[in-house]
Parts: sequence; C-alpha cells; structure tokens
Amino acid sequence: MKLDLILSGVGGQGILSIAFLVDTAALRRNLFVKQAEVHGMSQRGGSVYSHLRVSPQPVMSDLIPEGRGDMILSLEPLEVGRYLSYLDKNGVIISNSVPFANIPNYPSEESIYRSLFRLGKVVLVDAKAIAMKAGAPLAQNVAMLGAAIPYLPFEQSDFTRTIEEMFARKGERIVKANLQALEFGSRVGFFYKGLLDAGILAQNVFHVVRSLDPASIDISQVSPFANRLKERGEGLLTAAIGENLSCSVTSLASIM
Amino acid sequence: MKEPELLLGDEAVAIGAIHAGISGAYGYPGTPSTEILEYIIPKAKDLGVHSFWATNEKVAYELAVGMSFVGKKSIVTMKHVGLNVAMDPFMSSSLTGVAGGLLAIIADDPGMHSSQNEQDTRALAKFALLPCFEPSDHQEAYDMARASLRLSEELRLPIVMRLVTRLAHSRGAIRTQPADPQNSRVTKLDRRAFTTLPVNARKQFSDLIVLQSRLQEMSVKSPFNKLDLSATDKKRGIIVSGIAYNYVREAFGGNIPHKFLKINQYPIPEAHIKELVAAVDEVVVVEEGYPVIEESLRGMFGVSGKTIRGKLDGTFSRTGEMTPNIVAEGLGIHIEKPQWPAFDDLPGRPPALCKGCPHADAFNALNDALSEYQQHNVFGDIGCYTLGYYEPFKAIDACLEMGASIGMAVGASQAGAFPVVGVLGDSTFTHSGLTGLITAVNEKANVNILILDNDTTGMTGGQLSASVGEALVKLVLGTGIDERHVRVLNPMPKNREENAKVLKEEIEYTGPSVIIFQRPCIQI
Ligand SMILES: Cc1ncc(C[n+]2csc(CCOP(=O)(O)OP(=O)(O)O)c2C)c(N)n1
Ligand code: SF4
Repeated sequence: MKLDLILSGVGGQGILSIAFLVDTAALRRNLFVKQAEVHGMSQRGGSVYSHLRVSPQPVMSDLIPEGRGDMILSLEPLEVGRYLSYLDKNGVIISNSVPFANIPNYPSEESIYRSLFRLGKVVLVDAKAIAMKAGAPLAQNVAMLGAAIPYLPFEQSDFTRTIEEMFARKGERIVKANLQALEFGSRVGFFYKGLLDAGILAQNVFHVVRSLDPASIDISQVSPFANRLKERGEGLLTAAIGENLSCSVTSLASIM
Repeated sequence: MKEPELLLGDEAVAIGAIHAGISGAYGYPGTPSTEILEYIIPKAKDLGVHSFWATNEKVAYELAVGMSFVGKKSIVTMKHVGLNVAMDPFMSSSLTGVAGGLLAIIADDPGMHSSQNEQDTRALAKFALLPCFEPSDHQEAYDMARASLRLSEELRLPIVMRLVTRLAHSRGAIRTQPADPQNSRVTKLDRRAFTTLPVNARKQFSDLIVLQSRLQEMSVKSPFNKLDLSATDKKRGIIVSGIAYNYVREAFGGNIPHKFLKINQYPIPEAHIKELVAAVDEVVVVEEGYPVIEESLRGMFGVSGKTIRGKLDGTFSRTGEMTPNIVAEGLGIHIEKPQWPAFDDLPGRPPALCKGCPHADAFNALNDALSEYQQHNVFGDIGCYTLGYYEPFKAIDACLEMGASIGMAVGASQAGAFPVVGVLGDSTFTHSGLTGLITAVNEKANVNILILDNDTTGMTGGQLSASVGEALVKLVLGTGIDERHVRVLNPMPKNREENAKVLKEEIEYTGPSVIIFQRPCIQI
C-alpha cells in the first residue's frame, strides 16, 4: 500500500497538523514515511503545501514526482489548482469548499467550482460548517482529514489517539471538538462517496451534502437517499443549480 | 518500545551533534537552518550545552571558535547567506584550525523558497579549503554530524556541513547510537596556531595546502562516498551528490542500472572520479546547486573522448532546485503526467503581512508622509516588513541584504536624493544595522531611519531578538545622534495621522533622524 499525498492550503490553516496525524498513523502501522514541508517566508498567508509519502518500502525521494500523486487534500479550493500536475490520472481531490480570500484578485466561487468539477474525481466539502457543528471553528483541517478517510488507507481510529495527545494541553473541550470534527468529516466523506458511487452528478452531490446537517448524517441511509434523489430530485436539482454553482440550495431538504 | 518519530533533517543533524558531545551550539536564525537550534535551545540546560541565538552569524561563528579553541566541541548554524556575514572568521579559522571539534552547518536554499539567492556552500567550503559533508537523507544527516565532529577534532580543522531545503525541511526517521561525552577539560590555547599574525598565518596556510592531499585520501576512503562499478553498462555512468541521490534512485525505481559514484564528502574524491570516467563513455553529473562537481570534472577543455552532461551542457537547468521529474527527464526517463484542465483563473498568493501586523500601520503612516513629495526613496531591509514591497503598500523600493538599508540610504542621500528613508527591524538593526547608523550620524546624513521594533525576529518564526524596547532606544542614542531626532511612535490605525505628522517633521529636518515604531508582532 503506497500513498503519495499532496496537502495544500494557505499559511496558518494547519496543514502540518494533518500531516502529523497521517505520519503518526502510518508509523504506527510500521510503514515508511517521508514528508517534505515548507517553512519560512510563505507561511505568512501565502500558498503552502506538503508532500507526504507512505510506503511499505523505504521512501526514496522526499518530493512526490509530478504525475504520481494519489490524492490532493486541500484546505482551500483555489489552492488545488496549483498542484494538479502532481496528480496521477487515477488520483482524487478532496478539498474544502470554503475560500480563503486574502488576495485582492481572488476569483469568484463559481469560477473555482467550475474549474474543480471539470477535473472529475472531486470531493468538495464545507469544512467550516463541519468544524462549527463540532464546536471548534479552528478544526477545519481535522474535518477535512475526516472527509478524506474513505479514500485513505487509514481508518478513523488511526487518528483518534494522536488527536487526543495533540490537543491534550488545550483541554478536554478542544479534544472532544476535534474528535467530533473528525467524526462529522468522516460521515460527510462517506456519504459523499456513496452518492458519487451511486452515479449522482458531482455538482449535485456537492450541493446536496452541503445542505445536510453533518451531525445527523446517517451513512447507512446513503443508498435509499441516492435512490430517492434519482427518482425525484436530480433533474430538478440540476435545473435549479444550473450555471450558478455557488448558490445555496436551502430548499433541498424539501425536495427529498 | 519507543514509537518511531519523524524528524526534520535539521533535527536529525541537531541530535547527531548532541550525541557527538557538543558543549556549544550557536547560530543566527535563517530559513532553512532555523530548526537546528530550535531543537537544541529548549533542551540545552538539561544537556549542559550552551545554546542561544547570537546577534548575527559572525558572532555565532566566533562563539563556536572560542569554545573550540579551548578544547570543547561546538556547532554553528546559519542559512547559506549567513555564511557571507561570517565569512571573515570562517576563512581565518581554516588557517588557525581548532582544538575541540567545530562543525559549521550551513543550509542552502536552492529554488529560493525563502531567500534572496541560491549560492552553493560547497563552493565556499572549497574556497576555504575545508572538508564538506553533504547528507542525502536523515540517517546520513545524523551520522555525518557525528563523524564530522570527530574528524574535525582529529584534523584540528573546522568542517562544513551543507544542507539543502528539501532535507532540512523534510521529515524522516533515524536510528541513533549511544552518545559520546562532552570534552571534559578546558585546554591551553595554542598561541601560535590561533594568532593570525602573518608570521603564523603563512605557515598555517602552507600546512593547509599540504593537508589537502590527506583530505583527498580521506574522501576516497570515506564510507560516505560510494563508487559502484557493478553495473555492466559501459555507455553511461552517473555522478550524484547529496539529495539528488534520492531523485536518481526514484527515477530508476530503486536500483541504479549504471556504474555510479555517490558523493557526500568533499573535497571531490578524484581517484573515484577517474575510475568511473575511465569505465564509461558518458558521465551524467546530478547535483543540487551550482555545477561544483561538473565544473571540476570538465575544466576548461573537457575530458577528451568522453561526454560530460549536467548543468553546463543544458541537460539540467542552472537555476532552481532539482526535482524527481527534472532528474528523471535528464536521465532520459519519462514520467507520464496527465494533462489536467487548468483552472480558469489562478492568481498567485504571495506571502503577506498578517492581519493586524504593526508594520502595516508603520507603512501607512510612512506613505502618507511621503505622499507630498516628488520622490519615494525607501531603502528596505530583510524581515517581515520586506513584504511592504507588495500591494497595497508598495512602500519599499529597494532591498539588498540584512542591514543594508542604512548604508544605502546614506549613499543615496549623498547623491542628492530627497527625501531618503531607511526601514529595518529590531533584529536586523542589531544584526548589522547599528554600524551603518554610526556612519549616518558621523556623516550628519540627511536620512530618516525607521526601526520597526516588534519585539521579536518575526520572519523566521519569532526568535529572541538581541535588543528591543528601552534597550534599543538606548542603543540608538549611544551612537551620539541628537536625541531630539529620536522619536518613538506606536503604530496603530488610530495613530496614523499623528505618526505621519511626526514623520514629516523629521523628513523636513536636515540631518539623521531615527523613528522607532514600537508594537509587538501579533504572532508572539
Ligand atoms: C544574512 C542573513 N541572515 C539571516 C537571514 C534570515 N532572516 C530573514 S528576515 C530575518 C529576521 C528579521 O527580523 P527583524 O528585522 O526583527 O524583522 P521582523 O521579521 O521581525 O519584522 C532573518 C533572520 C537572512 N535573510 N540573511
Ligand atoms: S509575523 Fe509578526 S511581524 Fe511578521 S507579518 Fe505577522 S504580525 Fe507582522
């Protein structure tokens, strides 16, 4: 089992913390790991990334060769665009849908989502909503890791102990909230994958999942949900969303 | 059993040095070297090691030399351009030699991730005629820190270790060995060796020249340099150094199907090179940084009958860092890259000042004050405030290297520019701005120097700064500057107008002024 993971985001969003969680999970499974990261200048609100390589054999290059990445896990949707060349043709993109717009010429959400959906295998989740629901607005990174679990060679339980240790000094409440963020993120991720696997259009999956309360998602309900959606809603949904990819479809629940 | 731990390359070196029994670890922060001391400083007391951030790299180097002259082992750390600042003691120490082991760990930044150039420390080690170690991975970083300190003591010579960003800031696992003790005794100064009067230095220099052949032999015998002639292919051979070794192996999926020489210890092992070149028709040299190995191999006339490929014939670029793809392409191996549709709109996201950064308020006031003048001559310096170059401030018009703002401002003012402003941070001021300020005061130069005192060394992550607050004001007054023209301001949005007014007053005054903006960095 080899994993070449590109983590991306904006300085300060916490990609190194999720890198640490994945590293530790891999080491505990006796796998080899190398992880290249950037420190220094770009940390001040600039683009940041990390290359994380996990393998049953010793890892050679610290950098992932372009074209060999298995996953881009991004804490920011625009940032995905910078690392596409690293992604293998079977690779998957898991990204936060919430923009971090700290530059004057930041593109519109429509433009970013359009570019993302063109890529195919994209899981776009609202990490902010998940983190808020979990009670830790800063836990967007952990929420994103949760959402990536269906596509990672790790399970949720691989990360829990490290989360407990990592946040222990910040108190019980923060530990709990981060574990919740991981749990909710994972539910969102599995539900999202279930709908994609059922053949629902990627844009529609994004909007449907975004309209759900992460805390009340029941993964066992994904097939019936997908069927209902196909029967009643999908055409309607596609029409409702149209070109306006960033619209918030608040009335979705009623369609269901 | 202790769980395995992933360490930065910087940390692997730090642990190696600790296990080698160092008594001192000094440095000045600079990406990508900073994490070496950041690892040691918090543990220093427990380890009985002296470790702290020096005022600049030259001082750091001299601290390490002092410790070593009296018989204790020490390391000194800095980024590549830091060695330019420490060049004077560095060059002299290659003549004096040392008593306790001394290792200068220098981190290069090919690709300029966080630097103003990509100079190659191997060239400077060669310039000083000193051995240089260049690890390929974390285990070698650890092992070489230990081996080089041992060698330094054996040869009584300082040793250089060159790191690059991709090792310094990459994580990997290491196996450690039982630690060596620190040297217990303070030894007597070797007066003749350690006093660089010409009468001594002449002798030391010829000794150093004589020593070169021994260093050659050591490189050839070194377990860190590996000549592997087992492959049957006689067409191509590979010479590879440092981190590039990992990329070469990656390109071939593990085993290199050519005769190859892996170099991690310099001087370049000539006997190995000759053996490899004799055995093949073509040699590809893969090295990160300058074409140091390739140049020495090719010389001016090349090697007759052989093709040498590398950075000088365009196989690899002379600029930027090596990557697995660049190396693979250069070796003729194609890695398929799917053509993903590009984003419609992908603006760059350069680093920026944090929201609420005190420097932003200083720049706003400065730009207001300068708005009434024809010229905008702001000589910046190196720190977070260099980001004032970008929109929305566009406040900085020039930046050379650390401490240069004041000297440049004085020069420009003497050329007739007006108004002239210099901007630098507290750490940069004590690093190398103070000497420039003394010049400005003595010259009665018509310059306005803004010292942005944010109580820390911000850009490199918040290390202790040598002189801040009241102490910094006193330091400035100590230059003999007219104290009426030393103004202390608080950069806050609400003070913008008032601060701009003060700046204008000082611009109108003919003579040197220092305006100190005091407000802590919001990240500390
Ligand atoms: C010779 C040299 N040494 C070290 C560095 C790395 N470096 C860049 S900025 C900086 C610190 C600047 O601190 P300060 O002047 O206090 O400004 P701040 O970042 O806090 O605003 C350092 C150490 C460098 N660029 N050049
Ligand atoms: S780290 Fe501090 S000094 Fe640097 S930009 Fe942020 S607030 Fe400003």
